[in-house]
Amino acid sequence: MKEYQTITEISGPLVFAEVDEPVGYDEIVEIETDDGRTLRGQVLESSDGLVSIQVFEGTGGIDRNASVRFLGETMKMPVTEDLLGRVLDGSGEPIDGGPEIVPESREDIVGEAINPYSREYPEEFIQTGVSGIDGMNTLVRGQKLPIFSGSGLPHNDLALQIARQATVPEEEEGDEGGSEFAVIFGAMGITQEEANEFMDDFERTGALERSVVFMNLADDPAVERTVTPRLALTTAEYLAFEKDYHVLVILTDITNYCEALREIGAAREEVPGRRGYPGYMYTDLAQLYERAGRIEGKDGSVTQIPILTMPGDDDTHPIPDLTGYITEGQIVMDRDLNSQGIEPPINVLPSLSRLMDDGIGEGLTREDHGDVSDQMYAAYAEGEDLRDLVNIVGREALSELDNKYLDFADRFETEFVEQGYDTNRSIDDTIELGWDLLSELPKEALNRIDEELIEEHYREDEAEAVQAD
Amino acid sequence: MSQAEDIETVDEDGVIESVSGPVVTAADLDARMNDVVYVGDEGLMGEVIEIEGNLTTIQVYEETSGVGPGEPVENTGEPLSVDLGPGVLDAIYDGVQRPLDVLEEKMGTAFLDRGVDAPGIDFETEWEFTPTVDVGDTVEAGDIVGEVPETESITHKVMVPPDYEGGEIESIESGAFTVDEVIAELSSGEEITMHQEWPVRQARPADTKETPTVPLVSGQRILDGLFPIAKGGTAAIPGPFGSGKTVTQHQLAKWADADIVVYVGCGERGNEMTEVIEDFPELEDPKTGKPLMSRTCLIANTSNMPVAARESCIYTGITIAEYFRDMGYDVALMADSTSRWAEAMREISSRLEEMPGEEGYPAYLAASLSEFYERAGKFQNINDTEGSVTAIGAVSPPGGDFSEPVTQNTLRIVKTFWALDADLAERRHFPSINWNESYSLYRQQLDPWFRDNVADDWPEIRQWAVDVLDEEDELQEIVQLVGKDALPEDQQLTLEVARYLREAWLQQNAFHDVDTYCEPKKTYRMLLAIKTFNDEAFDALEAGVPVEEITDVDATPRLNRMNTSDEWNEFIDELESDLEEQIRSLY
Repeated sequence: MKEYQTITEISGPLVFAEVDEPVGYDEIVEIETDDGRTLRGQVLESSDGLVSIQVFEGTGGIDRNASVRFLGETMKMPVTEDLLGRVLDGSGEPIDGGPEIVPESREDIVGEAINPYSREYPEEFIQTGVSGIDGMNTLVRGQKLPIFSGSGLPHNDLALQIARQATVPEEEEGDEGGSEFAVIFGAMGITQEEANEFMDDFERTGALERSVVFMNLADDPAVERTVTPRLALTTAEYLAFEKDYHVLVILTDITNYCEALREIGAAREEVPGRRGYPGYMYTDLAQLYERAGRIEGKDGSVTQIPILTMPGDDDTHPIPDLTGYITEGQIVMDRDLNSQGIEPPINVLPSLSRLMDDGIGEGLTREDHGDVSDQMYAAYAEGEDLRDLVNIVGREALSELDNKYLDFADRFETEFVEQGYDTNRSIDDTIELGWDLLSELPKEALNRIDEELIEEHYREDEAEAVQAD
Repeated sequence: MSQAEDIETVDEDGVIESVSGPVVTAADLDARMNDVVYVGDEGLMGEVIEIEGNLTTIQVYEETSGVGPGEPVENTGEPLSVDLGPGVLDAIYDGVQRPLDVLEEKMGTAFLDRGVDAPGIDFETEWEFTPTVDVGDTVEAGDIVGEVPETESITHKVMVPPDYEGGEIESIESGAFTVDEVIAELSSGEEITMHQEWPVRQARPADTKETPTVPLVSGQRILDGLFPIAKGGTAAIPGPFGSGKTVTQHQLAKWADADIVVYVGCGERGNEMTEVIEDFPELEDPKTGKPLMSRTCLIANTSNMPVAARESCIYTGITIAEYFRDMGYDVALMADSTSRWAEAMREISSRLEEMPGEEGYPAYLAASLSEFYERAGKFQNINDTEGSVTAIGAVSPPGGDFSEPVTQNTLRIVKTFWALDADLAERRHFPSINWNESYSLYRQQLDPWFRDNVADDWPEIRQWAVDVLDEEDELQEIVQLVGKDALPEDQQLTLEVARYLREAWLQQNAFHDVDTYCEPKKTYRMLLAIKTFNDEAFDALEAGVPVEEITDVDATPRLNRMNTSDEWNEFIDELESDLEEQIRSLY
């Protein structure tokens, strides 16, 4: 391994050094400073005689006399089943004071794309116990379903609730032979306080034992954030496809990750895309999100729940926008519902799960699931529209049916979506609750539901009771 | 060059000078623009995109991690080409036509490794060839010399390659051959095999382009009914995420009455492609009853696969489409999504440090888009057959804003515009195609076909539906202010009729066994039933019946069940007579 003392330029997170031997693209670099610290970085561009290096820990303390070593390999993550229960920093070093990690294998962190031909289509329903998700935007194994949130909204509580409650109903009974469940938590630029909140919850519920935690905190170097999710996903893929775990990966906060990308792009003087984010951000994000799924012939799966805070609650901002184009839907948190005290404040209208249709129905959840969900969507949207009108003309000016839609929308929020962070509703409870609400509307208005299902489930007495009021 | 050939290095090798993501520069490489080269010790496939003095810039179709300066670059001396011949259908390719099933086998893992090559068609399989010309016949470039039953539903026509001189046939044999065995010899000394190669960036020649007059029937009511597309036409489907672009594209790929479907998944989700791979072999072609896959060629370059291959996958797709067009088939090409393709161009362009145009896209974006869509059309082929390529491109505008460059430049070219609407999608109104914003410029030229094949008054009935929907749009603005009950009774009734148009006719459930495909006659019949309701209701209203009584008759909810009815003819007949009877009994 050759050492150079040939740094020519230091700028932001980048270091440029002259070399007299070829250096591979993406290779790992160690830089030793005068005061004996060793910083790690990665080759961003390699040309004959000059390389640019992105330093994960920041370039503070590096001077032109620092020595640069090229390790001749791309970045690897040491993986083993023993990682479960461990807490690591943003570049994969243990910070929990536990024993040294003895890797079973070392995997390249830039994962290769899964061959679409080898994938297995995800259609196993995951019960999260949250009605707004299970009933309306069902999550399935191998899906990537982000939470679109805003600053100050309780996305962490929802993520924790999902991590705690997620099960696949059938497997609850006969646990043998079924694959085990593991949670990988990748934190990028979150505050110490948020981190404590997560760690406390993990410890309180005993979830830590089946978790691997990667922590890049707000005051850790920004550039390191570009590596943290890749380490987390490499670990997830190993546990899922080598060790047959069903892995749930929670990545928070993608917005911080994108900020780090922008910082590097700016330092490299690249031509910026929308709002200064690099033009390749779609590809870069896809390389994270697409590392979810199932593979034919493997028992495990990787399910991703990335969390992002939308700057200014604007879902057309490049970060949520590009994310939405890659992920299979989104769960949207709503500020108004939050201030009304709805827990969790999920706004189901802009939320979506693209894999829902194949993961629900007879044999998976319930025969009437799809119809009930469609009907509730339509009725809630109708009620929402009428709310605007009520503000102008008042409730009295509306027809009886319109008033029922308004009541439906209110009850939908306060009874169906609202449940608190500790309630775990089974899918049966969720759908029955849906019928309770829908029975407030006249039968004829339920045009999205199959007639036979209406006969079977519609609560006749309820409609009469309401009419009698 | 195609991967099929043995690598014959024609020119002197070069040496890598620098690496930055998918862009590599090499020195001392004697190559032409668009030549395919093999980069580095692992032999990663790439294409020459810029030559400046001694330096050649290459876009590499695979990940370049670990590749460094000093490694060799080999030139093949040939442009990026596809392998054409029997075996293209029922296949699934990546962006440079490597079959994904073969890659899985060769790599031995579910993950895409680097530096593995595979020819686009299998060179081992033997196909049963039957000549359609005799010794002594004269053939020219493009002429059909024989047939091969390629799949259950498609007969593959073996043609003289378009760049051949042609001549008298000196020998031709029937029997089982592999694709590179000679099946015919010409007096010009040229030998014909079932295998052709064609550079993807060059359109295959055709005689003349004609005005299309036959619709591509999709079985989707809003498309066939309001915004039809012609066989040989172009269409764009722009919409924000979650508005149903992909479902619409899938529906078209499943039900459109094209002979061949080429589906290009360009920079989209891996699971979506898996869905297609799993679903299509099980679905039946409504026309032939054969598995859908036997008329389909899939090209999958998911969003995390190398960006340069995403740039090329659109060209790979359209070249395959043109090849089948030359055989006289009607081909439909779905590209999902052209925005990802444009972004791939942007990414490569910015790595080349080119001067950016609007929103960072290269200045040649508009030219590339129009070049692509112009390869669609109804053609008189050089062998005197007629064939068509219909190009349907999804567009994913950032933030759902249609004023961005890809949408705008696409709209300047395409003649059908199916605008997807997030608001409709949120209400689960699918397909969420906005009927006020969408248009089709093919309506006029397709009307004669609809008159002849569906109903004589098709254009008039359609116009009636459009008028009602337009009127509803205007009335809605008033309703937003004063409420529905403040409107005069006839306007309330119009709103009610419009509601049935929207809910019973325009909405269509892609996941319902019956509703997923609606033949044009049923589309027409359903619309007619709503018009019957409309006419009866207005008659009653004129006779003084209050609007609630009319809309509350027992039969009306059945209008919403027409779509899922299997025996629709009887169902609608009965419904219409019930409507008539019940409404007339009110006065």
